[in-house]
Amino acid sequence: MSGPEPAPSRLRPRDVVRVGVTGLRARPARAVLSALGIAVGIAAMVAVVGISASSRAQVDEQLDALGTNLLTVAAGQTIGGEDAALPAGSVDMVARLGPVTAVSAVGEVDASVYRNDEIDATQTNGLAVLAAGTDLLDTVSGVVDNGRWLDDALGAYPAVVLGANAAERMGIDEVDGSVAVWLGGEWFTVAGILDPVPLAPELDSSVLIGWPVAEALLGFDGAPTTIYERSAESQVDAVRAVLPATVNPENPEEVTVSRPSDALAARAATDETLTTLLLALGGVALLVGGIGVANTMVIAVLERRSEIGLRRALGATRAHVRRQFLGESVLLAALGGVGGAVLGGAVTAAFAASRGWPPALPSWVLAGAAGATIVVGALAGAYPAARAARMPPTAALSAV
Amino acid sequence: MNADTLTMTSSPGADAGDASAVVELENVTRVYPGRPPVRALRGVSLRIRRGELIGIVGPSGSGKSTLLNILGTLDRADTGTVRIDGHDVGAMNDRRLSALRAHRIGFVFQQFFLTPGVSALDNVADGLLYTGTPLAGRRRRARATLERVGLGDRTHHRPHELSGGQRQRVAVARALAGAPSLLLADEPTGALDSASGAGVLALLHGLHAGGTTVVVITHDHEVAGSLPRRVDIRDGSIESDRAGRP
Ligand SMILES: Nc1ncnc2c1ncn2[C@@H]1O[C@H](COP(=O)(O)OP(=O)(O)OP(=O)(O)O)[C@@H](O)[C@H]1O
Ligand SMILES: [Mg+2]
Repeated sequence: MSGPEPAPSRLRPRDVVRVGVTGLRARPARAVLSALGIAVGIAAMVAVVGISASSRAQVDEQLDALGTNLLTVAAGQTIGGEDAALPAGSVDMVARLGPVTAVSAVGEVDASVYRNDEIDATQTNGLAVLAAGTDLLDTVSGVVDNGRWLDDALGAYPAVVLGANAAERMGIDEVDGSVAVWLGGEWFTVAGILDPVPLAPELDSSVLIGWPVAEALLGFDGAPTTIYERSAESQVDAVRAVLPATVNPENPEEVTVSRPSDALAARAATDETLTTLLLALGGVALLVGGIGVANTMVIAVLERRSEIGLRRALGATRAHVRRQFLGESVLLAALGGVGGAVLGGAVTAAFAASRGWPPALPSWVLAGAAGATIVVGALAGAYPAARAARMPPTAALSAV
Repeated sequence: MNADTLTMTSSPGADAGDASAVVELENVTRVYPGRPPVRALRGVSLRIRRGELIGIVGPSGSGKSTLLNILGTLDRADTGTVRIDGHDVGAMNDRRLSALRAHRIGFVFQQFFLTPGVSALDNVADGLLYTGTPLAGRRRRARATLERVGLGDRTHHRPHELSGGQRQRVAVARALAGAPSLLLADEPTGALDSASGAGVLALLHGLHAGGTTVVVITHDHEVAGSLPRRVDIRDGSIESDRAGRP
């Protein structure tokens, strides 16, 4: 009955996991501590990417709401370096361009604004006084925080609407008609205060008055300094190309045209260098975590020589022993990876919530974290596992 | 030794020698390198037939464990031939030797080597781990084997909740779970008091009665005396090979 060759020994994949879990559970504190290094690294990387993705999601959401089809046309400077002005009729000429759907303008008024008439006139506060078209607010997607906008009726009266910064700097929050500011030698009643305008941040530190009242009381010449224009999204580039010649046919080169939504998007992109740096730091933490796992596994292999010998006696091949310790190392790293991903996700959510951003965590981050964990675990376990596999069974058994 | 009648039955396999022999050693030597080298086995020839219960006895350092490791294919002879269950061990690679251990050889050690914190049932089931049997099947076999060694009521106890004798019986059950052709026990009673030792010994006798081939290493002459066949080994050579208790 001397048998046929026995079937090869075989360790089922799910038993590799089972054996690994049993091995880790034998020393839970050690497992948790050595997984912690990996967890910190993964958490840092996940949080960094999550926070920057959330910030980008916030900008995208904002751009979605504000539109990316707004162009700003500024008079710019003459070749001689002086501030140029746009011709008085330029707004109408822009409005006549086919694809243009909305157009408005502000014109800088040569006047200063003070909280009251006792402040020394030389103490300028850097607030610009702008004459504004009635449709300015709609064109730049601005919102009145409090009070009312300069409509046709109000625009003829000495009434003023304050940009968000301007109101703050002057310490004004009443819009019920009880507050007036000293503007160009006249009292102007505060009619409204604006929210910050993301697409036209220059308005935030300005005070706005009606076009007619500026001309009537303050000697405003009616020449716009900045024109705001919206067109069909697909036509923005075409419009942009013809705008300089349209608003200033004589000196088109003086005109500067910009797209404020680009600036918003660029602001989100400038975070990228910082993100890269933080990611690299997370990578270093992950590396250190990997070294911790390797160290734990080397110790485990030394401590468990008799277990290795026993397993060889039970029929484990060298490959099975290697797989066991490699599996255990990957499991250990995965433990840290899962913990780190959860932690990183929680940090992202908390940070986004505190900023009022929509939390965003791209799925490639989680896939990347899983991949990184497996790679780190496998690399960390490779040497200890090879050592365990090389151990002769008799030496392993006699070690005790 | 009623197996004698089968001794000359021929076997077709190129590997196979005597079909009734589970173990055939021919002139086996084993030298541990070092300064000076230790000649642990110096030309040992031994044949163990299917169903035998044999004791290997000798003083400390005489080469008993070395011999057992070679019988169990955990170690290789330097010269000579080793045939286990008809397979020439010298010609086999690690994979094939491991397969042989997984399916044909069971080990019992003096120190039990049970996995701490794992139930008796799962410790025994691990005896089948490398056969590729699914967990449910392993546990089924483990339960039956634990009953066979008289521990059917201790399946969920963990090693530290068992007495020394019970632990060794769990270890025996683990070795038996795969129904090996050969059970090798290195000082199985060495760590036990005499009563527990007697219990384990009785178990081995019971297995022998049931047809299992058992090799027991001991330096206890009393234990050896109770076995049907006894091989005395000294300085790496077989000194005598005789029937023990008639
Ligand atoms: N790995 C080894 N390297 C070198 N010498 C060894 C090794 N293992 C055993 N020996 C030597 O080989 C000889 C036989 O050892 P073995 O372990 O087989 O003896 P034993 O009969 O089992 O002894 P004991 O009853 O004490 O267990 C001893 O002299 C021992 O020192
Ligand atoms: Mg020994």
